[in-house]
Amino acid sequence: MKKIMNNPDHVVKEMVEGFIAAFGTDYEKLTNVNGIVFKERKDKVGVLIGGGSGHEPLFLGFVGLGLADGAAIGNVFAAPTPNTIVETTKAIDSGKGVLYVYGNYAGDTLNFDMGAEIAENEGIQTTTVLVRDDVASAPLDRIHDRRGIAGDVFVIKVAGAAADADLSLKEVARIAQKASDNTRSIGVALSPGSIPGSEKYTFTIENDEIEFGMGIHGEPGIRRTKIMNADELTDYLLNYLLEDLPFKQGDEVCVLVNGLGSTTLMELMIVNRRVAEVLRKKGITVYDTDINSYCTTQEMGGVSITLFRLDEELKGYYDQPAYSPFYMKKGR
Amino acid sequence: MEKTLLQSLTAEQIKEMFIYVGETVMDNKPLLTEVDSAIGDGDHGIGMHVGFSNANEQLRVEKYTDINGVFKDIGKAMITNMGGASGVIFGTMFMGGVRKLESVSSVDLAILTTIFSNGLTAVKERGKADLGDKTMIDALEPAVLSLQTSVAKDSHLLEALKQAAESAVVGVENTKNYVAKFGRAKTMGERAIGFQDAGATTVSIIFKSMAEWLEKAENRKHE
Repeated sequence: MKKIMNNPDHVVKEMVEGFIAAFGTDYEKLTNVNGIVFKERKDKVGVLIGGGSGHEPLFLGFVGLGLADGAAIGNVFAAPTPNTIVETTKAIDSGKGVLYVYGNYAGDTLNFDMGAEIAENEGIQTTTVLVRDDVASAPLDRIHDRRGIAGDVFVIKVAGAAADADLSLKEVARIAQKASDNTRSIGVALSPGSIPGSEKYTFTIENDEIEFGMGIHGEPGIRRTKIMNADELTDYLLNYLLEDLPFKQGDEVCVLVNGLGSTTLMELMIVNRRVAEVLRKKGITVYDTDINSYCTTQEMGGVSITLFRLDEELKGYYDQPAYSPFYMKKGR
Repeated sequence: MEKTLLQSLTAEQIKEMFIYVGETVMDNKPLLTEVDSAIGDGDHGIGMHVGFSNANEQLRVEKYTDINGVFKDIGKAMITNMGGASGVIFGTMFMGGVRKLESVSSVDLAILTTIFSNGLTAVKERGKADLGDKTMIDALEPAVLSLQTSVAKDSHLLEALKQAAESAVVGVENTKNYVAKFGRAKTMGERAIGFQDAGATTVSIIFKSMAEWLEKAENRKHE
């Protein structure tokens, strides 16, 4: 696979070095582990995010003002190690505890749980909120098996704002959990991505085919079909999404149209055009929309749609300003 | 009377045994990658290679007076360096094996059995998986049961390890019949049937190479 790199074994290390070279005024990398922390420390609950690399700007790009305080990052598509999690936890703990927010994958929960145990032994209180927004990854009655995808963005945003409001760890966790419970996503894949250094793509798909519900590591989806036009494709995704929570007339939502890596902004905007149209017809109010590639899988092609249902409390935190080099909300 | 290798191993002998185990697992990286690529994300061989190469680096420079240190260091090297699910699970098997064990300077079959039995319990607690879930437990549990039977029969170490390795291989074969309950293969449902689990494969290589090392060491003694 063609990729710009020096050595496949060094991609994560060199990516972090490039990130720090650019944004080192505000961010630092911890010694010995791949933990990134925001330098501006506040006396508040810390928010730690993390997961495997290869999904940039998640996760390191969601550390910042009004966002997470630190990110524990693993190798490509592999969960960070417990000691990376522990060291980053220590770096961001002000004595008020640390909230872990990450996507629901076996490797991540194993490593974060172990990290949490070690941190607890060292006197740092932690609580975990899992993001499991991918409605295609398991049916509703097995919601605990669902994986986390682009919905991370809304949960991190709200958790960061709640922590900034100087609430207790318990309260920050409750609000973040509520954000997670009200977030639903589904994606469609057009073309695969690849692990740096691998000679194979993470999955194979014909040139004229798409797969609905495919996971961000190439986990099999729910339906493979011939390519369809943007409106049809968007309708298919929305049908799945709307009936899951369900989102109803009168609901107020934030929308994220997320590119999976190589899909152009032009295509994402065309998708959003239809999203806005359908939601309007259904009487669902769009409070805010984001069109960007936040949760990617290398050069994978495709799009995911995330809907985040607001209530007054969640809206209050969503409205707080947030900033990182890759994510920005001016606040309202 | 001096104890033979077939009855008991010192900490340094256990260390040599696991250096050999590590090398064997690393040699099997292509096989593990192939097995994992069929239904997982193909990184199991790479991960185990990272884990055992770090463990061996550590084992080679340390001198051990107790068995506990050998297992602890292998486990810690895995947990600290591998990442992913395998790092925690295999690390827990080694570390959990000696966590509640008093310091022992040598192992006989009974103690080795206790270590792997404790390791199995720790892995089950950590991973919340059970027999039939298409995980490494499908090889580890039959191997532990086989060791326990050998203790009851008063077998010697080599015989017990050979039996355990065979039981682990049967366990690996059985994983082909299972739907995955954990990890990336879970989403494949019935499509995962017919493929063996990569973690279970590693467990069978571990037991097989333990027996191999002991057999070779025993043969060297008689040369």
